[in-house]
Parts: sequence; structure tokens; C-alpha cells
Amino acid sequence: MAKTLFEKIWDKHVVKEIPDGPSVLYIDRHFIHEVTSPQAFKGLEKRGLQVFRPKQVVATADHNVPTLNQHLPIKEELSRIQVQTLTENCKKFGIDLYGLGHPYQGIVHVIGPELGVTQPGMTMVCGDSHTSTHGAFGAIAFGIGTSEVEMVLATQCLMQSKPKLMRINVDGELKTGVVSKDIILYIIAQISASGATGYFVEYAGSAIRSLSMEARMTICNMSIEMGARGGMIAPDDITFDYMKGRTFAPQGEAWDKAVAYWRTLYSDADAKFDKEINIAAAAIEPMITYGTNPGMGIGVTGHIPALSEIEEKEKPSYEKSLHYMGLEPGANIKGKKIDYVFIGSCTNSRIEDLRMVASFVKGKKKAAGVEVWIVPGSKQVEQQAIQEGIDKVFAEAGFMLRQPGCSACLGMNEDKIPAGKYCISTSNRNFEGRQGPNARTFLASPLTAAAAAVTGEVTDIRELI
Amino acid sequence: MSAINTVVSSIVPLPIENIDTDQIIPARFLKATSRDGFGKNLFRDWRYENDSEAQPKDFVLNNPTYTGKILVAGKNFGCGSSREHAAWAIKDYGFDVVVSSFFADIFRNNALNNFLLPVIVSEGFLQKIFAATEKDAATQVEVNLEKQYIKITTTGEQESFDINAYKKTCLLNGYDDIDYLLSIRNDIEAYEAAK
Ligand code: SF4
Repeated sequence: MAKTLFEKIWDKHVVKEIPDGPSVLYIDRHFIHEVTSPQAFKGLEKRGLQVFRPKQVVATADHNVPTLNQHLPIKEELSRIQVQTLTENCKKFGIDLYGLGHPYQGIVHVIGPELGVTQPGMTMVCGDSHTSTHGAFGAIAFGIGTSEVEMVLATQCLMQSKPKLMRINVDGELKTGVVSKDIILYIIAQISASGATGYFVEYAGSAIRSLSMEARMTICNMSIEMGARGGMIAPDDITFDYMKGRTFAPQGEAWDKAVAYWRTLYSDADAKFDKEINIAAAAIEPMITYGTNPGMGIGVTGHIPALSEIEEKEKPSYEKSLHYMGLEPGANIKGKKIDYVFIGSCTNSRIEDLRMVASFVKGKKKAAGVEVWIVPGSKQVEQQAIQEGIDKVFAEAGFMLRQPGCSACLGMNEDKIPAGKYCISTSNRNFEGRQGPNARTFLASPLTAAAAAVTGEVTDIRELI
Repeated sequence: MSAINTVVSSIVPLPIENIDTDQIIPARFLKATSRDGFGKNLFRDWRYENDSEAQPKDFVLNNPTYTGKILVAGKNFGCGSSREHAAWAIKDYGFDVVVSSFFADIFRNNALNNFLLPVIVSEGFLQKIFAATEKDAATQVEVNLEKQYIKITTTGEQESFDINAYKKTCLLNGYDDIDYLLSIRNDIEAYEAAK
């Protein structure tokens, strides 16, 4: 029977089906971090349990770590305790930890792929909604809550109901200045912040196939922002080229065997999806969000919807959102002054993102009064940026290159955008207060963010390249 | 954890759509290493000006007219971050049921794992609850898990809701998934061996 990519992987991981209930799904890899794991370990201890398969768990400290002076003890007490708790738990339960100071440390969704831990055909989970990122390799990867973290630690399994399946086909060629972040912001704006709830999404089509792994990760990363459980892309030569030789990727004969299996991971020609959406790549402009959920996005030359364009029932939420953002319905977004630029997060902090920004800003300077933070996704990205001299390009432009972590993506550490200020950000969420209490976020691609850094306002990158 | 079945209570209305878990519990409160005490920070930034309890905002949780064990919210409740702290905060505050026309998947799972019952109603029924409460803040709503219906007691209007049969049994009996998974460890090991 014809199967989708998702079904091929899912079916291989079902340990047991419960009549009228969820399936017991086996989990190959489990990532943990300091914020959503402490209560899970506490739960295990309360039940007197060990971690069932510690070698299938990988830990890092990312959400809560400072991005300056990482060699010093963490100043903020609660953050320090949380990171220490992770260290103690990993030691006690025999889990490999890439914590602060480790050359592999970084944002969990950046380090998994870059270390070769993330592989096609796997089931992967983490107590973090952007686990969908790993789906770019053709894995079933999704975020879970802390109770589920405890289940996976205890049994390497989860109870899951099979989601509905959606395929989004993006075909054709992207216009100049349009990158993968614009594709996903465009898709979310089309189908809304809840348009894929209950679904697992496969991205396909010629525009997706031509993207690098970094660019594919950006797309899968934001699947959750339209409500999807996860997103995935069938693996191909671009995937295998990216993975070959990575620290934990199979080597030698095992590699050849793995690739042969991975080549079977695609949706069969007559496989059925519950929903299918087609998008023309050429219709996509550089995108930006103006509101307080990622579905509130427009082309950078577009206007913020006027009240008359909003459904009656949605007006209160819409007005609340624009009020928070300090924006007027019907206004243009281009030319809007910004105060901060944040280039980072598991959406856009990989080496390719930094290179893209560097190649645009080389020889340019940031606008006066704008603060620009570049936060690499991992120690390895940071090292590579230094090796390639990208750090110097940033320094000359007046951009601040910080140390790896989630940083201003969620403002859990001290990297917060001050109240009322505007930040153009390459992260994935523009929720109220996400980057700090009353901070105002415009989500955009690294290129659009870099353009704003140079001009001090929301800018159409196409006018500068 | 304690089983749930029937809840009869007045409601707290929150007719806003796309309420994300960053609003339910802002990131700065996620630094705890235990599950307790999140209720006082539920909707923190919607409740207080400048994070100060001396400066309450005009928000439903600050309005003594609306109390109860049932939170009723607009479409796509609980979207965004997977933080289970959101479910802990709602439960710790004193809610046993959340009603909406649409829940984000991870939130719904987190709620179920914490014996906080997510009830999905039609958009029309949701608006009826809001309307009834607007007319009379003391309006009682009955949620019956066993029989799977929700009823506005003053008007008698009711609607049935769906819930996975397995989850329903868990909730009614106070079982959680870990108990079950631990009981099938042999199957899990056999699966690994065959892999
Ligand atoms: S970078 Fe942001 S979205 Fe990604 S894992 Fe960290 S906090 Fe979550």
C-alpha cells in the first residue's frame, strides 16, 4: 500500500496499538535542556526509577544561559540553579551533557543536526515545541511537555495518537532577496496560526528540494507556529552531503547501509494526504510580521490590514494586538523605525544565516541608535564564524557577536528588549512579552533584519541588493 | 493524581483568540525546578502593570464578579511554547476544566497529563457560553466527562464533546500514561530487540 513519508517512519516505531486509544510510539532520540527537564527527573526519583536508555538522551544548556562571559558563574540565582540541576541530573542518570564551556554546547535544535545526532527515519522528541526543526532530515520530530519528558526518560516511549497529514508543495523559483524564512512566514500568513493544528506537515515541491539543509531547518522549525505537531522533508543527496562525516553520523559500511535505507524515505506517488496546499514560490515577497502571533505577516511592501478587512468576531483580538504593537490599522510597515535587531534563535542562527548577514553588511555600518545582537546557535557556529572572519565583518559594522544560547528569542536570561522598543528579530515568535515585558517584535529573515540594522527602519532588502 | 468526572461551576470568560502559553505563564517564571506555585503567576502580564501586584490591570482574573473552576477561552487556546508550566499554572490557580473551540495539540496533551480537562466545543456553543455569562455572571456550567456533555444550566443548552476513550478512562480513574508504559516494559524491550 502506498505510504507517506510520515507513515513509513511512524509504522516502524509503533510498539503497541491500544484499541480506541493512542499508539505506544518508540522514541529513538530524546533531547533535554535545563528548563523543561527538572520536574521530570524529580518525577522519576519519586517513583524510584532510573533513566531507561540514557545513551539515547542528549542534554544541553541553552534557554537560560547568559550570552556574555559564559566562562563566569551564572549571575542570576534561579538560572544558575536550573543549569546546575541539569548538570547534576545528567551525572546521576548517566546522560551526556553538552553544557556551558563544552565545545558542542548550543541551542538544542542547532546542535542535534550539526553533530549528526539527528538522522533520517528517526523519531525524536524534546521538551520544546521547535523540535520540529529536526524534521528537515526526514525524521518524525515533535515537542512534548514535561510529563511526557518523564515518560520518555522512564520508558523511551510515548502514547501518541496518529495526527492527520498535510502536504505543502512549494514550486517554482524564489525571487531575489527571498529566503526560506520568507517561505515559512508566507505559509503561516496564508493558513493562520492555527491552520495546521492536528496535522503533521510534509513540505515538498521544487522550491523546497533546492534548499540547503539550514534553509530546510528554518522551515520545519516554524511548523509549530501554524499549529502543526511537526514538519518534515524527505531526505535526499543534499541531506546526505550535509550529514556525511558529522561526529555521530554513521561511518564506513554503516553509513552506506544507512543511506540505502534513507533513500526509501519519501512519500509514495499515490500516497494520500488529508490536506494538500500548493504555493507558487514566485508569489513570495520578503515577509515581516506586524502583530502578536506569527500568522500576522505581510510582504514588506504591504500594509497592515485595515479594520474593515478583519472579521467582526476577530476584531477585539486584532485591536488588542495592534494596540500592543503601537501600530495603526491600514498603515504601511516599510519605513517603521526599529531600535533593536536580533539575529539568532533555532530558526536562524546557523552558519549559513551568519554568512548571509555578513555578505550583505560587509563594508556597511549599522544605523545610529540601533543595537544589533548576533547570537550564534552553537559553540561550533561561533568558532566557524571566527575562522571565516565573519566576526570581524560584524565588529566593523558595529554588530555585537555574543555567545550561543536562546537569548532574546524568549528573554529568559538578561537579553531582553526594553518595554515599548521595536525589535526586528529572526526568531520564531512575536507573542506579547516574548522578548521581554512589553517588547515589540517584528519577525523577518536574516537578510531583512540585516537591512533594517543598516537603515534603522523596516526596509525592502530588494532595494539594497 | 486525582480523578475528575463532573464539574459544575460558574466560569471565568476570556474571549480572546490565539492565547499562547507565553501569556499563560511568561518565560521568566519558568526557572523553578518544581511543579508547584505557578498559579500566582498565571497570566501575570495581563494581570499586573509593571509586574506589580499593587497595580492590578483591568483583567478578568482581577474581577471578583467572575470566579469558578472552568476557564472559557477563545479559539486556538494554548498555542506556542510546549511549556507544561502553562497547564500547571491553570490547575494550580484552581481551574479543573478549560473550554475552547480549538486547542493547540501540545497544550491539550499537557492538560490531560495534569488532570485538567480540555473541552472542545463548537464556535457557536462557545459564543453561547460567553453570552450567557455576560447576561448573568453567576451562570453555572456543567461538564460531565462520563457522559461527555457540557451544559449551560440556566438555559439548558448543551453540547456533547469528544475525548479519546483511553484518555477518558485515565481521567476518570486517576491513571497516568507512565503507569501504563511501565506495565508494558516487556513489550518495549521486545520491540528494541527486534529492531
Ligand atoms: S531559540 Fe527560542 S524557540 Fe528555539 S529553542 Fe530556544 S527559546 Fe525555543
